[in-house]
Amino acid sequence: MRLLVIEDDKKTAAFLCKGLKENGHIVDHAGDGKDGLFHAMESEYDVIVVDRMLPELDGLSIIRTLRAAKNNTPVLVLSALGEVNDRVQGLQVGGDDYLVKPFAFSELMARLDALNRRSDGDVSQTDMRVADLEMDLLSRVVKREGRVIDLQPREFRLLEYLMKHAGQVVTRTMLLESVWDYHFDPQTNVIDVHISRLRSKIDKGFSQPLLQTIRGAGYCLRAQN
Amino acid sequence: MSYVSVFTLSVLMLLAFIYLYTSNYMAQQTDATIETEIKSLSERYETDGLNGLIQSIAERVSRKPAGSEILLLVDPALNTLVGNLNRWPNVPGTPDGWLNFRLERSAWGDGAIHWARAQRFRLPEGFLLLVGRDLHDLEMSKKAIARTLSWSLVIAAVLALLGGLAMTRGLLKRLEIINQTSSEIMSGDLTRRIPTNNTNDDFDQLSNNLNMMLDRIETLMEGVRRVSDNIAHDLRTPLARLRNHLDELNEESVNNNADAESIDQAIQEADGLLATFNALLRIARIEAEEQTDYFTAVKFNEVVQDAAELYEPLAEEKGQQLYVESAETNPYVQGDRGLLSQLVVNLLDNAIKYTPEGGNIRISVSVQSNQAYLRVSDDGIGIPEAEREKVFQRFYRLESCRSSPGNGLGLSLVRAIVELHQASMNFEDNSPGLMVVISFPITHAIAGS
Repeated sequence: MRLLVIEDDKKTAAFLCKGLKENGHIVDHAGDGKDGLFHAMESEYDVIVVDRMLPELDGLSIIRTLRAAKNNTPVLVLSALGEVNDRVQGLQVGGDDYLVKPFAFSELMARLDALNRRSDGDVSQTDMRVADLEMDLLSRVVKREGRVIDLQPREFRLLEYLMKHAGQVVTRTMLLESVWDYHFDPQTNVIDVHISRLRSKIDKGFSQPLLQTIRGAGYCLRAQN
Repeated sequence: MSYVSVFTLSVLMLLAFIYLYTSNYMAQQTDATIETEIKSLSERYETDGLNGLIQSIAERVSRKPAGSEILLLVDPALNTLVGNLNRWPNVPGTPDGWLNFRLERSAWGDGAIHWARAQRFRLPEGFLLLVGRDLHDLEMSKKAIARTLSWSLVIAAVLALLGGLAMTRGLLKRLEIINQTSSEIMSGDLTRRIPTNNTNDDFDQLSNNLNMMLDRIETLMEGVRRVSDNIAHDLRTPLARLRNHLDELNEESVNNNADAESIDQAIQEADGLLATFNALLRIARIEAEEQTDYFTAVKFNEVVQDAAELYEPLAEEKGQQLYVESAETNPYVQGDRGLLSQLVVNLLDNAIKYTPEGGNIRISVSVQSNQAYLRVSDDGIGIPEAEREKVFQRFYRLESCRSSPGNGLGLSLVRAIVELHQASMNFEDNSPGLMVVISFPITHAIAGS
């Protein structure tokens, strides 16, 4: 991906850029708001990562300006402010995701991937498929190897999210946010238990395990190649 | 000082008003008297003709002692016929016949210049009658009144000044006491309080309020001291553990033995610490929060159902039964869905954690007298009565639970959220186990998001 990182703290910026580059992305960096806005308007990026507190021009204003200029590049907001209202604010001005510092790098990576995938034209699919696992969104039926799998509503939504982001790392926080709309950390491995339940329904007894645990990051639904 | 001058000015205006009104009244009385006389004299003229009139006038003029009457009758050529004026005054009168003039020589021998006021009355055949009054006495009266009023003004001003000083001195003394006590408190003695007079006047009320504030400050400072101690103790352990892990890693890397496992553990320790700090910060923010503008009408049944759904697999794993009861009519609670969810999640988390395997947990929403009741009950180890207040303290863990996972902040957060939502919270014995009861006021606003 082509990424723009607008972050004024030198250490954080260095850490981010290094990590992202190591993951194979092309990264541009701007150290203040004005420079960041300039970069964002000048070039095309897949995702822009912007810190809220910036010298010259703050993060939210940058987003507002981009949206007003009809620039719909997905934006991920980084912030030390994590209260309910702060998050809502960040999304209201046009941000697409909001990550509170400090965060695990894997969390950032997973979310960037999710944002990038989303912008790849969100044609609403009625059918999703990973290897031999099929999900029909209209009839709400899940099948694997032709056999119908009985899922509870929440399990269905969990699988739906995983399938939408098939092949990408999905973190526990992302799952909590998308499937439950919870923006706090329950501090127990509650999601893990849900995942293992789901696994026992869609993976146990089938040819290959599709729902994989990515250590230190989260989960990923994909066929083993 | 300024009050004294305002007061003096008011009194001045009042006295001036009195003076003007009085002198105006007196002038009017004089004029009325003059007119009455003219009337009676003209009646005399009508009944007894010119002769009778001349007689009347002569009679009045020769009365002893001399009054302040002025009478003059002249012929059409202004020749004096009878009266106590030398001649007709040489002043133009008003259109309705009033003349104001000076008496050249007073008949009363005091040598002063007197003003007089008289009315001219035209008799048939061109004779002119002048009836008036020497205004001297009137003037004297007016002067006396003015003098009296001026002295009254001075006395009033002096009294105001003295009274003001007396009152101020009293006020200043009270203020002085408050200031004195305050500086003693500020220089370190938090236990001092401002003395009151027990009269419940404004100063006492001020002192009482200040004392209550001081009580609160003392409590808060006590709390801060306690929390700092707890924090220091409870965070030092994970920090120490983290340091140990990193130390190990250091050694291991020297031997090229760096273990992914060790690194993982170190990161976990750090994450645990971060989570604790975040929770602390969250609690502090919610407690300090005053703004509730962003609150919406939240469907409470759903909040509970969602949370229960999240935790149900966890309960199942532990062989526990989780019963969920929703209220018949879904109550709306004014609040923040995220915070309310976190509240329920924390309570469920505790219930599952502190209930042994195979236990039962019940969560219910019910409506009673305009309140939405949330009840979370379990048949676990419960909270002994003596510790029910303490569990809300940051980092407080029951002795029996010190070894189980958790940072002791769950209930602090719950309480902060309860207070922000203007709800109330109670513990009850579930014998065995604990029942947590929280009641929220129901809102009748139309649902927001």
